[in-house]
Amino acid sequence: MSVVEVRNLYKKFGKFHALNGVDLTLNQGEIYGFIGPNGAGKSTTIRILLGILKASGGRASIFGKDTWKDAVEIHKRLAYVPGDVNLWPNLTGGEVIDLFVGLRGGDTKRKREELLERFALDPSKKCRTYSKGNRQKVALVAAFASDPELFIFDEPTSGLDPLMEQVFQEYVQEAKDAGKTVLLSSHILSEVEKLCDRVGIIRQGEIIESGTLSELRHLTRTNLLVETKKLIPLIGEVKGIHNVGEDGQTLSFQVDAEELDSVIRHVSQYGILKLESAPPTLEDLFMRHYEHKQETNTGGNS
Amino acid sequence: MFPSTSYNVGSLIKFTIRKDRIRIPLWLIGIIFFTVLIPVALDDMFPTQEERDVMAETMANPAMTAMVGPGDIENYTIGAMTTHNMLLFTAVVVGLMSILLVIRHTRTEEEDGLSELILALPVGRLANLNATLFVLTVTHIILALISGFSLYALGLDSMDLEGSLLYGAVLGGTGIFFTGIAAVSAQISESSRGATGLSIAALLLAYFIRAIGDVSNETLSLFSPLGLVTRTEAYSTNVWWPVLLLAGFSALLFLLANYLNAIRDWGAAFLHARAGKTYASRFLQTPIGLFFRTQRTAFISWGIGMFVLGLSYGSIMGDLESFFQGNELLEQMLVAEEGYSLTEQFIPALMIVMGILATVPPIIAMNKLIGEEKKNRTESILAAPVSRGKLMASNLAIAVMNGFIMISLSGIGLFLAAETVMEDGFSFGMIYGASLVFYPAMLVMISFSAFLIGFAPKLTGLIWVYVVFSFITNYLGGLLDFPAWVEKLSPFGYIPSLPVENMEWAPIVMLSLIAIILAILGFIGYQKRDIAG
Ligand SMILES: Nc1ncnc2c1ncn2[C@@H]1O[C@H](COP(=O)(O)OP(=O)(O)OP(=O)(O)O)[C@@H](O)[C@H]1O
Ligand SMILES: [Mg+2]
Repeated sequence: MSVVEVRNLYKKFGKFHALNGVDLTLNQGEIYGFIGPNGAGKSTTIRILLGILKASGGRASIFGKDTWKDAVEIHKRLAYVPGDVNLWPNLTGGEVIDLFVGLRGGDTKRKREELLERFALDPSKKCRTYSKGNRQKVALVAAFASDPELFIFDEPTSGLDPLMEQVFQEYVQEAKDAGKTVLLSSHILSEVEKLCDRVGIIRQGEIIESGTLSELRHLTRTNLLVETKKLIPLIGEVKGIHNVGEDGQTLSFQVDAEELDSVIRHVSQYGILKLESAPPTLEDLFMRHYEHKQETNTGGNS
Repeated sequence: MFPSTSYNVGSLIKFTIRKDRIRIPLWLIGIIFFTVLIPVALDDMFPTQEERDVMAETMANPAMTAMVGPGDIENYTIGAMTTHNMLLFTAVVVGLMSILLVIRHTRTEEEDGLSELILALPVGRLANLNATLFVLTVTHIILALISGFSLYALGLDSMDLEGSLLYGAVLGGTGIFFTGIAAVSAQISESSRGATGLSIAALLLAYFIRAIGDVSNETLSLFSPLGLVTRTEAYSTNVWWPVLLLAGFSALLFLLANYLNAIRDWGAAFLHARAGKTYASRFLQTPIGLFFRTQRTAFISWGIGMFVLGLSYGSIMGDLESFFQGNELLEQMLVAEEGYSLTEQFIPALMIVMGILATVPPIIAMNKLIGEEKKNRTESILAAPVSRGKLMASNLAIAVMNGFIMISLSGIGLFLAAETVMEDGFSFGMIYGASLVFYPAMLVMISFSAFLIGFAPKLTGLIWVYVVFSFITNYLGGLLDFPAWVEKLSPFGYIPSLPVENMEWAPIVMLSLIAIILAILGFIGYQKRDIAG
């Protein structure tokens, strides 16, 4: 069952086209990673999902309801944490958490205490005095404490220290285990890789790749490290081989997924002593998609 | 409107009250205290009808009418006097209160990204706007009732229950009207500063339309909400329909604000920011250039405002002149100063208003330094090879220039308009001198805010208390008969009243010295203290 359903979504800001037909589906109980370069349209998509911005074309629905018309109904069942959390300077963190949880209609005192402790947050301080990471924690505690069905995170860990990032990841995992759905937009690819079941890559307002990580890996290169008895001549010329590095007899290079078979055949002629392969990281994947379009990228800031 | 667009408005109302639980009561106490204080003071000073009639004579001229509106001169009771002298002025303050509070809760929160968090919760899209409108409306109803009943409770003869309630109601009505104006401006303008500017421009426009109308054409005044305010003639004929009209227009403005909010994108506005330049000019790459650039629009708007203020004061000079020529009794009464025409004697009273108003934009410019610090933007400038001294000096230089230009513009405006309407015009040197003489007092105020920024960054708002204090003691001081030393607590109290009094250099030199010392202290404090961000 799909929780979030986005079809052919367009958004224009004046003459500027921020989204050009975005398609996105989140299934019940999955964690979906939403990645892409700066200004690609991640926050814009999320704000349309939240009914804060109105789409110029296409359809976006959550829980089968229209994100613009039924925003209130939808929001009773979701929680949102942005990357830049600004809070009311003269309220305390605790007051803000209670406000957010209260508006969602929840009452989860015990969960709140636990979260405050895990995130090491002092709720009695005025928001004016919180650091960036602490402001973010306020929003995170409010989100997890209200126990919604869908979480939407837009770079939620951009101000957290590694320890707190760990805590965040545990809570996301816990939410998933409880059958919740999570949309996670992030620039921290290791985090996406670790948590997400499926990933969508957006660039210049279009989803250019989406699928499970292993599906996406097929689309990209594998890292190989080989040591052979004989020197392999002109390895850089072989079809499908990239980024060759040499260290004596040991060669390291990347192979296009579709050429893997022929490359291994070719290399084995020279007597393999050692062969190590590593799956491509999300970062490799990401880089490959961004690199060749870098010069045409007109993206601005978020 | 869909009901769902205001879902959960109740919780947001509570939240709005929570955020303003100190600010709103302070405004209310200040305004009500002032409202009640005035009739008591007047009763003390003008106990007999004869004394009040003399006062009525001096007030009955176009210059005063332009400033405070028409009054019931024939039957100048304490009630009529209070209405004549204070109602319009208080209504303007109430309007200002509405503007500042509404913009805070609407466009400022949107600009700071706070409303994004709220909108992601199950609240209607228009709930925050309507919560703000509701809280402000209730606040003004409370203001109306408390001021009405407290005025009545003073037990003064001429201040009956109906007049008192009307007096309160018209204050509340003005507040609700400008709540609507601010709510609409918040939809139209993209920044909170823009929205505040737009609303204040509407307030000033209302004031000027009324000023021109009151002097020359009564019907014109009815097109201004502030014209409606004086039209109630509280404590005289007690006309209620202007209050109803204000309420009706407020309802329309509330609907308009809701409509505009419903059809626009979050964060967007109807006045769009144009695409900017790709490269910074050489000038912008200096702190002084940066500060000037970020406040250019405010500077230009204030400049136009001060010039128009000068023009409108100048334009009543012709009426004033012909008024005096026809009134021998007054001529005898007022010819105290040899060698000056009666018209000229009114100049100091106008100048003090212009001088104190012209102090507002340079103080805003100076306080930009602390405003930027609160928004965490000074740290990136100070992290560049820019010393704190240079940063503050740049800001101070801009404020000092700003003040000079503002007071000059208002003086020039007054001269130009007076020149066209008067048969027997003023000399430019006299008018310009009479305005420029306030500059040292303005410098003291600017330096005082620099001093606060250096030594008491949390208390920089105090400067506004001082500005209001200066206004009350110097402008209303004559009317309320304060002891002379009260006036001397403000730098404006030391300025010779040109052209009626002789020029005196000693206070000018003293004030300039004080300004320099305060500025130096400000620098020292700013060098030593922590920068918050
Ligand atoms: N209100 C607006 N008016 C005009 N353009 C906008 C507006 N909001 C966003 N944009 C533009 O739309 C594009 C997409 O922005 P968005 O904030 O969605 O990017 P993002 O993917 O979240 O980037 P980041 O990774 O930097 O957060 C950007 O080019 C941005 O400049
Ligand atoms: Mg973003």
